[in-house]
Amino acid sequence: MNADRLKRILGRLPLHVIVILMVTVWLVPTLGVFITSFRTRQAVRESGWWTVFVRQRTPGQTEYEQACASCHGPHGQAIPAADLSNPEVVADYLKANRLLPMLRKPVEGQPHVQDAEWQALIQDPSRTKEALDALSPVSQYLGTLSNPDEAAASQFTLSNWIDALVGYKGTATYQEDCATGVSQSGKFACNARDLLNPEGMARAFLNSLLVTIPSTILPILFAAFAAYAFAWLDFRGRAWMFTALVGLQIVPLQMTLVPIAKLYSQLGLQSSFLGIWLFHTGFGLPYAIYLLRNFLGGLPQDLFESIYLDGANHWTAFWKLALPLSVPAVASLAIFQFLWVWNDLLVAIILLTGNPVLTYQITNLIDPKGGNWHLLTAAAFLSMIVPMIVFLAFQRYFVRGLLAGAVKG
Amino acid sequence: MVPKIMKQGRFTPWFYLLGALVIMTVFIVYPTIRTFTLSLRDKTGANWASADCVRGQPCWGIFENYRYALTDKEMLEALRNNALWILLTVPGTVGAGLMFAVLTDRVRYERIAKTIVFLPMAISFVGASIIWKFIYYLEAGARSQIGLLNAIIVALGGEPVAWLTNPKWIVNNISLWIVWIWLWAGFCMTILSAALKGVPTEILEASRVDGASEWQVFWRIMLPMILPTVTVVATTMVINVLKVFDIVFVMTNGLNGTEVIANRMFKFIVTNQGRSMAIAVLLIALIIPVMIINIRRFREQEAMR
Repeated sequence: MNADRLKRILGRLPLHVIVILMVTVWLVPTLGVFITSFRTRQAVRESGWWTVFVRQRTPGQTEYEQACASCHGPHGQAIPAADLSNPEVVADYLKANRLLPMLRKPVEGQPHVQDAEWQALIQDPSRTKEALDALSPVSQYLGTLSNPDEAAASQFTLSNWIDALVGYKGTATYQEDCATGVSQSGKFACNARDLLNPEGMARAFLNSLLVTIPSTILPILFAAFAAYAFAWLDFRGRAWMFTALVGLQIVPLQMTLVPIAKLYSQLGLQSSFLGIWLFHTGFGLPYAIYLLRNFLGGLPQDLFESIYLDGANHWTAFWKLALPLSVPAVASLAIFQFLWVWNDLLVAIILLTGNPVLTYQITNLIDPKGGNWHLLTAAAFLSMIVPMIVFLAFQRYFVRGLLAGAVKG
Repeated sequence: MVPKIMKQGRFTPWFYLLGALVIMTVFIVYPTIRTFTLSLRDKTGANWASADCVRGQPCWGIFENYRYALTDKEMLEALRNNALWILLTVPGTVGAGLMFAVLTDRVRYERIAKTIVFLPMAISFVGASIIWKFIYYLEAGARSQIGLLNAIIVALGGEPVAWLTNPKWIVNNISLWIVWIWLWAGFCMTILSAALKGVPTEILEASRVDGASEWQVFWRIMLPMILPTVTVVATTMVINVLKVFDIVFVMTNGLNGTEVIANRMFKFIVTNQGRSMAIAVLLIALIIPVMIINIRRFREQEAMR
């Protein structure tokens, strides 16, 4: 029996290996960006993000372990009278030339260094220097030992996120500049106002919200009316108009952008939120109508007949029956449209240059030389938070929308 | 299917339709026609495109912009690249999606595994481009690489590679395709997985009882039964690939032999409108055949209702 079970488990092993491997490949790139966004600029430049998982050997650790750890212990706490993890005890030893005299201290009745050796050591300058050089990493490590929090904290920081939010592009960090008073030629006020800096991600985040929310509601509203007509009203051209709608779904954005941009500049709508709302509404409609009509058309006919016999007209049937019943379809649609508009670059780059949205702002941050990964990773993650939450919270509706046949401009 | 007993006024349907029809006409139908007429005009749209012709050079009259779109060296490169994109990423995304749909169906952590593969669908192409630019990053002349891929290569004793700029062996194009597959495999997986779950288990069980191996069950039963869905997913992916823009724009900007149609169109949007519009028309001309397939499929669905 047991051999059979073992065989079955072993037989399934390749399956698990492939699935886990694929999941890893899909997860690791995003994980790397996430971790990098919390590392200091210095750390990002010097080492890959994966090194945070490897226990870093702090400078001086090796020397300390060779010379001192046998008595003082790996964390310096083995001898209570000479506790090397105590900042007060160590404060005097942080330089090698201060540490050297300490070697005269007795260890179990004997000094660290025997008298004869000590004399030779201090009388020959070249040997003194050698000893100091050898001690210097140890004294540096004592500093780390006595203050482990600072050592650990130095690699991780929130300043990338803050810098990205306010749009700080200097060589230090926004907080440092504000603390030392070097506010970049009056560009920053060092208060909450900086969040509105047009070059910052906070402002772009706000712009993205301002673009996305109306651009999600409007098409669904118009589509609901039209879908009701296609599903439950009779008019000439119903069939071919609906077929045309399926065709319109596939018209690429590229076909419509320039004429609309021209039209907007004549109407004074260039770089306006109203302009981009209307554009996204126009582009969202074909698919929205298609999906809602299929949903409404699938509702039982008896429902509509009975509400009519109760004295309702189409107007009440739409509001009291069709709309409440189509909540699941509207939910799928809303998520679809939300993600689509939030993640769009092309429309925003052409119709809304004056109010950069997140995607556009990120492209402005890219440094061809690759010198600002700390900033870029934080900015990229800022743009991904909202869609990821929406996606994970409403995944069910999103999948339903996909299965209803999503092909969109 | 419209209930006949419900009365409707003569204009009632149009009242419901008007808003949507007006908006779609203004934002899709009108600009599509205008794009076509602008493609016959010159750089600024002031004259016919023939005004851009140069004496002694070949000229296609008012179709001058199409001469550029169909014969220019860079455009040919873009067309070739889009063809390569279709040939390699469509099987790549559909294949990866199908494989994952079949495999995750057999493990207990199916939901979490699928969510992870599906997650890239939630983020923008720009975000994904940053994520992968970082993976491909090359620190020229440095001993320690901070880009994951080059770090692995260096650790294995190799020389770091300029993934996004090296045109040799179309390495840079392959790098872009990998990003695309990473982005879209989840989409294919989700739709194909739903189709697979629709295959009646009795049929699968019966064939297993008859001694068919899992491999045979997949190729002889599952795949033929979900073939219509595979076609739908593949046509959708073809349309998406034809329009690919953001990834190329952010990661390579079409340099070193990675140009694609949509990025060409974008490059000329300000400097040479006529050309830009001709390229857009070319794009829709390539999409229309796929669109016809889609409409046919829609008609068949309607007939089955």
